[in-house]
Amino acid sequence: MAPVLELKNITKRFPGVLANDQIDLTLEQGEIHALLGENGAGKTTLMNILFGLYNADAGEILIKGNHLVTGSSKDAISAGVGMVHQHFMLVPVFTVTENVMLGDEITKYGEILDRTAAADRVREISQRYNLEIDPDAYVKDLPVGVQQRVEIIKLLYRKADILIFDEPTAVLTPQEADELVNIMRSLVNQGKSIIFITHKLREVLAVADRITVIRQGKVVGTTTPAQADQNTLASMMVGREVDLQVKKEAVEKGEVILEVEDLIVLDDRHQAAVNSVSFEVRAGEILGVAGVQGNGQTELVEALTGLRSPLDGKIELLGKDVSQATPREITEIGSAHIPEDRQRDGLVLTYSIADNLILNTYYLDPFAKGPILQQEEIYKTAEELVEKFDIRTPSIITQAGSLSGGNQQKVIVAREFSRSTKLLIASQPTRGLDVGSVEYIHHQLIEKRGSGSAVLLVSTELDEVMELSDRIAVMYRGKIVDVVDAEQTTKEMVGLLMAGISPNGAGKQLEASKKTKKNKTNNK
Amino acid sequence: MNETKEKAPQKNAAQIFFEEMRGGSVAIPILAIISGFILGGLIVAITSDEMYIAFQEGSTVLGLKIGFNEAVEAFKALFIGAFGNPSEIWAAFRGGDDIAIQAAIKPFLETLVQSTPFIFVGLSVALGFRTGLFNIGAEGQLVIGSVTAVWAGYAITGLPALIHIPLALLIGALGGALWGFIPGWLKAKTGGHEVINTIMLNFVAANLTFWLLKYPMLAPNRTDPISPDILDSAKLFRFFADEEMRFHIGFFIALALGALVYWFLFKTKWGFELRTVGSNPDAARYAGINPARSIIIAMSLSGALAGLAGANEVLGLNHNLAPAAATGYGFDGIAIALLGKSQPLGVVLSALLFGTLRNGGNTLKRPPTSVPIDLILIMQAFILVFVAAPAIVRTIYRLREPEEVEEGVFVRGWGGS
Repeated sequence: MAPVLELKNITKRFPGVLANDQIDLTLEQGEIHALLGENGAGKTTLMNILFGLYNADAGEILIKGNHLVTGSSKDAISAGVGMVHQHFMLVPVFTVTENVMLGDEITKYGEILDRTAAADRVREISQRYNLEIDPDAYVKDLPVGVQQRVEIIKLLYRKADILIFDEPTAVLTPQEADELVNIMRSLVNQGKSIIFITHKLREVLAVADRITVIRQGKVVGTTTPAQADQNTLASMMVGREVDLQVKKEAVEKGEVILEVEDLIVLDDRHQAAVNSVSFEVRAGEILGVAGVQGNGQTELVEALTGLRSPLDGKIELLGKDVSQATPREITEIGSAHIPEDRQRDGLVLTYSIADNLILNTYYLDPFAKGPILQQEEIYKTAEELVEKFDIRTPSIITQAGSLSGGNQQKVIVAREFSRSTKLLIASQPTRGLDVGSVEYIHHQLIEKRGSGSAVLLVSTELDEVMELSDRIAVMYRGKIVDVVDAEQTTKEMVGLLMAGISPNGAGKQLEASKKTKKNKTNNK
Repeated sequence: MNETKEKAPQKNAAQIFFEEMRGGSVAIPILAIISGFILGGLIVAITSDEMYIAFQEGSTVLGLKIGFNEAVEAFKALFIGAFGNPSEIWAAFRGGDDIAIQAAIKPFLETLVQSTPFIFVGLSVALGFRTGLFNIGAEGQLVIGSVTAVWAGYAITGLPALIHIPLALLIGALGGALWGFIPGWLKAKTGGHEVINTIMLNFVAANLTFWLLKYPMLAPNRTDPISPDILDSAKLFRFFADEEMRFHIGFFIALALGALVYWFLFKTKWGFELRTVGSNPDAARYAGINPARSIIIAMSLSGALAGLAGANEVLGLNHNLAPAAATGYGFDGIAIALLGKSQPLGVVLSALLFGTLRNGGNTLKRPPTSVPIDLILIMQAFILVFVAAPAIVRTIYRLREPEEVEEGVFVRGWGGS
């Protein structure tokens, strides 16, 4: 039997880049085929070619032995290919059924929508593939994992046989991710075929039947979970030996550097995004903040760095109350900050690397004497930092925006680490970075800890938090559900906490929330 | 981790517009100017009766030839009007007669005089652009600057020129600064958009000025709204005794300010702050810069530069103030800043171009060419269209997309806070 999908010799050239270089990929009936590669390796380009968003310069696509004439996503869809996007394409105020039928509506009496018939089909699909769902629920009321199910049902409703999952676990808790694995298994058991795009090695090994690794637009190799382990896959992705294990040496914990008490921070919609949070970070330790994206981590970091003024509570940095301090005051007391969104907050993309390296110290000696910037000194420092932090750039006057993500992050790391600080707040420090850069940043964080700095690591990557932290605070809906010792906990345990299930701290949290309510009313 | 997070933040239409505009080095403005001139020439040709007569009575070739000649004649007149007649200048210098030399270079000097206010307002708007602000209020700030300067010129007495002139200029700058400070403060404290507020303040400035000139500042023995003449000690120094030769020191003050603005923006920490706020306000906040403060400073400085434009006019040329003196310089300032890519040097060059066109246009409208002055405005408009829509120029001249984006002009659009 012919494979359900065959990509042959796909080549796509963008100005200056060979995004896809003679890529071959076959998807057999009923298999989960993982497409593994770093950001920028060409995974997305390949899928965009399959969906007709780009035209390949060379190569052909066969679906069940038939030539696919690409040109529009419609062709791919009608040939039975469907994609679950990383960011869901759902209308929150529509019901599940309405979302599913959108664009492919069943009608009766001419142009009247037949919701009942559509709901019946949704129900039928959900039963057949074990995708538990209420067709009449509103999407906005559903948890993220269930919303993803709606996306899957949408594809099945359109009779897709080949399902492409693009980084599907990025937004899920570990439990939801496990559930997704079950769903994917049940789908292939019923004859569907799946391409699973990811860069998470663990997941690949857990779920895939076959693994194709691509690097810099080329297929590096195809393997199976039986033949590979995380280290071999990582080496294939990066093209060299990678040390995934972070070696942490025991560091004597010192004084309390950062102390947070009953902190309440409102988000832009004036809801309490951080709700009565307390913790402390000591010198020489990494406190990891774990949690699914959007559970108040962003607002917490903004409050700690002076970018958002908290409604209530206390933040003490080196014994000084900084809860209402400006970002500059906090920086000057001795806090370094790797921001969550490096392009929005961390860099001025149109500035040179040299200027970005002095972004928050430009007014200090030796970079400024009186009001006048000292160009020579700035350039000299830039040369040193580029060398020391291994920033790959043609020159120090290159615009930050033209660097790769990893090198952009290195510019920020160089800037923040070259100052003498007692606290480092690192928010999603490795988001979107390639394995090599991740490795580098991890080692830098460990080194910072070793030098007696306190490190607050906020990350939605559970693996990262588990590996680097000494203690882990888990955030869920604005609260810290529990703080656990990293060595004495398991991934499953933290996963439960991330879902808001606290085996021993339930009573404590209830109390805290009562107190918060009182505080809130007082402050209004 | 996900790849979409790697994309730059969402841009709104205004950001894209300004990014496009500031990209692409100097090639775009220069080609835009050339294109503007070509189209201007075409318009001269197709609006001339002679060409149609030639088409009807002669041949097509003759028609085209006449049309071409008309355009060439117009540009010749424009050139002579703006720079003087080269052969006359040559002859005058050879003759060595002072009077003849003066007469010969008068058009050129007059062009510099006409360019001076353009330099001031262009710098004013450019400084705003650099901080991410769209100062449409240069016009109002200019008017207020001219009122305060003219007041300082006639009301403060007993000072030597060496003190009186700088003082009057300073008071003019302060007047403009106040008129810029108000929308800056409103933006920083309330988020009120500077475009709306500066437009509104333009009307306030115009009407306030009219009232001031009609009542408290009315010249003795006059009924029409006009201020008294300023004292001789407040008049900007002129280089020639001849009343007709208006060339005064204001031009050099404008050039010095261009250098000063460049130094301020690119060599001082204050400029670094303003440019950072203009390029990425989020990163500015992260870096400990107070964007609200930067906005107020930038609007005040922008206002001060516009105010100096007004002061320059009343202290250097008119020596009194009538309401009609508001000539739309403030709006030309926007055009000049755009054409000059908000670079001080670019602004000075653009201002010289605008001054050239304005002065040359005066010759153009007189016989023998008799081309309406509107042609100049049409050409300016074409140049701006081409600058603002570089895609057109890139297509016409087959330029490649720029790889690096120039830093600078970055204005957040409507509703941006």
